[in-house]
Amino acid sequence: MNYLLHPLILVTFFPLLGSLALLFIKPEKKNTIRWVALITSLLTFIFSLLMLAQFNANNPNIQMEIDNPWINVAGWNINFHIGVDGLSILLILLTTLLTPISILSTWTAIDKRVKDFMIFFLLLETGMIGVFIALDLFLFYVFWEFTLVPMYLLIGIWGGPRRIYAAIKFFLYTMAGSILMLLAILWLGIRQGTFSVPELIASGANIPVYIQIWLFLAFAAAFAIKVPMWPLHSWLPDAHVQAPTAGSVILAGVMLKMGTYGFLRFNIPMFPNAAIKLAPWMALFAVIGILYGAAVSYAQKDVKKLVAYSSVSHLGFVMLGLFALNPQGIQGGILQMVNHGLSTGALFLLVGMIYERRHTRDMDAFGGLWKAMPVYGALTLIVTLSSMGLPGLNGFVGEFTILLGSFGSKAIGSPWFAGFAAIGVILAAVYLLFMFQKLFLGPLDKEENKILKDLNAREIITMVPLLILIFWIGLYPKPFFALMAPAVDKLVAALQTAATIAMH
Amino acid sequence: MTTTDLLSVFPLLILILWACLVLLLDVFLKRERLTTILTAIGLVVTLGFSISQNNLNLTGFNNMVVVDNFAVYLNIIFLGSGLLAISLAHDYLKRMGINRGEFYVLLMFSISGMMLMAIAADLIVFFLALELLSIPLYVLAAFARPRVESEEAGMKYFLLGAFSGGFVVYGIALVFGATATTNLSGIAARIAEHQADIPLLTIGAALILVGFSFKVAVVPFQMWTPDVYHGAPSAVTAFMAIGAKAAGFAALMRIFVAALPTLSEQITPIIWVLAALTMIVGNIVAVAQSNIKRMLAYSSIAHAGYILMALVSYGQSSVASVSVSAALFYLLSYAVTNFGAWAVVIAVEKAEGKGLALDDYAGIGRKYPALAAAMAIFMLSFTGVPPTLGFVGKFYLFRAVIDGGYIGLAVIGVLTSLISAFYYLRVVVIMYMRDGEPEVRSEPWLNLTTAFTAIATIVLSIFSAPILQWASQAILSAF
Repeated sequence: MNYLLHPLILVTFFPLLGSLALLFIKPEKKNTIRWVALITSLLTFIFSLLMLAQFNANNPNIQMEIDNPWINVAGWNINFHIGVDGLSILLILLTTLLTPISILSTWTAIDKRVKDFMIFFLLLETGMIGVFIALDLFLFYVFWEFTLVPMYLLIGIWGGPRRIYAAIKFFLYTMAGSILMLLAILWLGIRQGTFSVPELIASGANIPVYIQIWLFLAFAAAFAIKVPMWPLHSWLPDAHVQAPTAGSVILAGVMLKMGTYGFLRFNIPMFPNAAIKLAPWMALFAVIGILYGAAVSYAQKDVKKLVAYSSVSHLGFVMLGLFALNPQGIQGGILQMVNHGLSTGALFLLVGMIYERRHTRDMDAFGGLWKAMPVYGALTLIVTLSSMGLPGLNGFVGEFTILLGSFGSKAIGSPWFAGFAAIGVILAAVYLLFMFQKLFLGPLDKEENKILKDLNAREIITMVPLLILIFWIGLYPKPFFALMAPAVDKLVAALQTAATIAMH
Repeated sequence: MTTTDLLSVFPLLILILWACLVLLLDVFLKRERLTTILTAIGLVVTLGFSISQNNLNLTGFNNMVVVDNFAVYLNIIFLGSGLLAISLAHDYLKRMGINRGEFYVLLMFSISGMMLMAIAADLIVFFLALELLSIPLYVLAAFARPRVESEEAGMKYFLLGAFSGGFVVYGIALVFGATATTNLSGIAARIAEHQADIPLLTIGAALILVGFSFKVAVVPFQMWTPDVYHGAPSAVTAFMAIGAKAAGFAALMRIFVAALPTLSEQITPIIWVLAALTMIVGNIVAVAQSNIKRMLAYSSIAHAGYILMALVSYGQSSVASVSVSAALFYLLSYAVTNFGAWAVVIAVEKAEGKGLALDDYAGIGRKYPALAAAMAIFMLSFTGVPPTLGFVGKFYLFRAVIDGGYIGLAVIGVLTSLISAFYYLRVVVIMYMRDGEPEVRSEPWLNLTTAFTAIATIVLSIFSAPILQWASQAILSAF
């Protein structure tokens, strides 16, 4: 059984093992539980680095593949098929990085039912990584739907005052999209006789275009809700605001990426002609999302809500990049997925830190915090600048590449989309600086704020890895692009082939 | 009577004789504990004989009974359900003060009716089986007398049952009038030879469909279900929800797939509408329930709709066997999940019909984490969220529907399961997200049933291939 030590199996199922181990610890031993969970997630991160070490960046194909028969009876052709390539590896690393950080952030914030919390959190990690490595539609759907359950419980049990409403809304919204995708998966499985993603990609262009469009839309229903694309975003502010900090970090950092990843892994390569046909529409919705998200962010009084709506805007950039359908756009899109996970994850962590101290997130309750909490202020400033895309930090690299890609994109067909998206960059600066100013600048005039303690060592430790990456990607993004470039080039080449076949 | 005749009904015979014997022992010894144990032994022995009939493919009594793998599969479900029902009932009956030995005897008689239904190949035998399984169930539904709800449940079930029995008999009469035979193979042959009166046959078939639709609780023939499920003792309801439903579907599948595929042009639209209505009404009305037993009653109606979906494509010979195996798999997954859910209901239930409101589940998540986790698994399985049996069951079922080309019905199916997510999740919400001081009955057999079904719901969903293999071999034998 050399599969047990296979890097992907380890990365995916080690958190599950940790959560099973937690079952045997008494709920009163909160610190033991926290440490076990943290160590599990750190080991998972180390395993993911081992996976990275084995990964050959020059190879555009699926690597570390496992393809074992699973349900091969009665005409079914379902395999346990997993693997990693340039499209998914960064997202796996992002997941394994954000999970220990989130767990560390709950050290004092989560004090009731710690055991349940950690069990659900580790289960969630297994589910999310599973989504990124699955190469069989059945397996993918299992992981995809499974992630709903722990996140639903995390929001519903440890969330804010309107947590139950938010949790149910999150579950039903996401499930509504997924079940339409399920029908499309079944249709593909019957029609093409396989659930294997590489095989479906190979035969995708042979499906008549009008059917491709239907299938594209069914898959898009699941992914667009998850991203979320305007106008399907209304679950997001509720879920984000009500979720506990760690939940928000994972939700924004990883789970939204499951949607954009879905477009990249399934919609675009499996239904290439539909993707080309619908690219202008996707770009249109993406740009509306960018501008709408930015405008609504500016109108918020609650910091967490502001950050939540900013996600709608940022994910719009990712979608615009992906549907540029050229190497630059897609590479920028993937990098921006990572960037958003880092920056918005960090923002949610920072919001959580101040909420833990003051139990409010109303921006009017703050002001002049810089004087009381200089370290906190400095960190927030860096993350804010990264989120709004200041050159030298990570956000700029992603957004710039996306704009470059979408400006010259043949699939989108008009530079206007990139033009309007660029306005979104300016708007991001407006609402983020507005937020920063409200919180940190001005007089320190409220008594409660004067006695606030600055960040402790644990809180700083949670931020350090994110800050390192924010600078690293901002100053030297080459290794990140190098990881994905061959796979993206392969994808774009396949798209062009599909397009030429369709023309003849 | 030849040896083959005897062999074909052998497990059934054993069970009926054993039931008579236990009845006498119970009357003279009056030792309920002994009765319980003897019943369990009887069911296990019969189960053994049933399994030994796998792959034998016997026909007996001039084609009046057929023992194919389809029948064996269902018999195993019936007997397994009986065993699970005993493990739920034996403490429950004591607690509710209705611990009388007849319960177990009636249970065995009802199971023998179900087993007869699974092997029946003649319309008269179907009717016989229908009565044999129903009459003990009427008594069981009223078993908690003098509690009024229970008596009412028994009475209602009896009246509606007799009514639906009338439909079945009339349908049989018309089919006989149209084809001059009641034997399924005979009917198929008559149709093939163009010697059947098709309009008359269609009406007869439709009436049979209606009659069994009552039994499996398909809208608009479901009115009795919530009251009977609510009023009957919970252990009986758990058994009824599986046994009676599976038996009803066994009859429908056997009659329509084996004898009447040529009528599909007329019958399929009816089934389509019934399935759609059942899923829509069952799921929507379930949302409004505040009593767990009534909620599960409507959920069982909704699930009948899902299973009925498998029958829409029964006339397409290439899809029919896929549909039958999908329905069989779904029945098994529903059985496992359903028994688990009812085990939790029984654990929370108190005497005098208390402890049945959804609000009584508040705080269970904190106080009894294992029980709450099990219930959450069952609810997710009902909803169809992976990795649970319910998901795999739905996956196979929807495949059969899409394979038959009924994408519209599949869309209705998934959208209604979205509605179902709302009320199933509400149970999870109440258990985990509301505070309360629940008191829960903890008893070894009950806990064992809960744990066993919860683990099975997860594990069998990951290793579903062998069961699917088994279900796909359980095709109806060709005549």
